[in-house]
Amino acid sequence: MGSVLEDVAGKRGIEKQIVLPWSKALQMTRENIFVRLGRSAITASGIFLGIAFLAAVLFSAAGQRVAAAVIERDFGQAQNPEEFQARIIWLAAMSLVVATVGIVNSMLMSVTERYKEIGTMKCLGALDTFIVRLFLLEAGLLGILGSALGAFVGAGITMLFFVGRVDGWGGILETWATTAVEIGGTGIPLWLCIIFGVMLGGILSVLASLYPAWRAAKMPPAAALRSEF
Amino acid sequence: MSVYEYIVRTKDLSKFYTLGGTEVRALDDVALDIRRGEYVSIMGPSGSGKSTLFNMIGGLDKPTKGTVFIDEVDMAQLTASELAFLRCRKIGYIFQTFNLIPVMTALENVTLPMVFAGLTTDDALDKGMQLLKTVGLGERYDHKPTELSGGQQQRVAIARAFANDPAIILADEPTGNLDLRTGKEIITLLKQMNEEKKVTVISATHDLKMIDVSDRVVWIRDGKIERIEDRKDIDLQVGQMEYEEE
Ligand SMILES: Nc1ncnc2c1ncn2[C@@H]1O[C@H](COP(=O)(O)OP(=O)(O)OP(=O)(O)O)[C@@H](O)[C@H]1O
Ligand SMILES: [Mg+2]
Repeated sequence: MGSVLEDVAGKRGIEKQIVLPWSKALQMTRENIFVRLGRSAITASGIFLGIAFLAAVLFSAAGQRVAAAVIERDFGQAQNPEEFQARIIWLAAMSLVVATVGIVNSMLMSVTERYKEIGTMKCLGALDTFIVRLFLLEAGLLGILGSALGAFVGAGITMLFFVGRVDGWGGILETWATTAVEIGGTGIPLWLCIIFGVMLGGILSVLASLYPAWRAAKMPPAAALRSEF
Repeated sequence: MSVYEYIVRTKDLSKFYTLGGTEVRALDDVALDIRRGEYVSIMGPSGSGKSTLFNMIGGLDKPTKGTVFIDEVDMAQLTASELAFLRCRKIGYIFQTFNLIPVMTALENVTLPMVFAGLTTDDALDKGMQLLKTVGLGERYDHKPTELSGGQQQRVAIARAFANDPAIILADEPTGNLDLRTGKEIITLLKQMNEEKKVTVISATHDLKMIDVSDRVVWIRDGKIERIEDRKDIDLQVGQMEYEEE
């Protein structure tokens, strides 16, 4: 048997002696999310609510326009939905801020609960970057899943509210296709807003986890192992 | 190929904690040389510094002062990735609380260090199954830790510790959470691995059963080495030690 460290010292400078392939990282993330489904749901609930609210707000904006057009056609009264839209963008932005704070909080908790696991992984050879990568992957996946579900539920519930005011389901289809937000004269269609919303949810979720993940990864293994949960 | 007589050496190894203004000397100038292939037990009362020594030798924490040499290399000189390499390939850790990853099956737990070491999935699975068979858990490879008894979890942890054929096994009270019989089985398993694989075993423990299999017993108290006993002296003194441990 050779020296314990001759491999280490002899290969000084050669990077990537310790690896975590992306496929394995994804598999571990999937296990983490689905085996602890309840915990994951709580973590994702913040972004779910934020994006659901955003979707509801955007769908209402589009719905108001179509409903206004219906009223104008049937009763000849001109409506002014733009004012409503300005207020609503502000509301949506606030809801996203609240959602982000929620994710930071729940990610901090879910990281803290796993200190011991993190310490163990480091004993098995995990680099700090592996820990960060695993948590960011988890946050990104949870963010996208939560946002997609939120967009679906938010828009869905709002649709039910508007069915009566926009010529039934035909009007809903028109609402879905119509402009939701107007920025500088050009309109963004609703479906595109929803896709952006889902991506935004994923990105916010990853950003919100950066600090908790980094903090956990930096901990000396001994300190991480000592924590009891 | 360089082979040193001593695989682990500590020099003036000290770790101080400051708690509410008072200094706790968890380790105080510990000099300990451990030979390649040795089975060493570190014994001492609760709070004597066993876990602290475990952490320092394992590169899991930084000493306040002093040095740990692994094969004459100062551990403090290693870069983060060299340290990770050391933990992954050269040291196997065993804990009192088993510390299996709860969401993973027995086999996934055992293969994780091999994944980090860059083995292909097939090689890792083969070797993982082989190791699980060695510890007598070939049938339980697909079970999660919560579906295993304490003794079984510790067997999985031992299989995991041997994943990358380490030179050193570091254990912190490996039998601390097990009943008498299961504890004995774990000790026998560790001794068997020590003899078959020529791996150096360093185990912090309260467990007097461990003395039987140890080449040397290091007694520590208040962060200092009280005395070190060799195998040949131990047999004569077992009665006395049991008395002291009361
Ligand atoms: N992180 C820490 N912060 C402050 N003091 C600590 C810390 N870790 C250990 N100590 C102190 O250092 C001393 C040695 O602790 P250590 O855990 O090494 O003892 P031990 O021999 O392993 O005990 P046990 O048999 O109970 O596990 C104790 O007085 C303990 O309170
Ligand atoms: Mg201890």
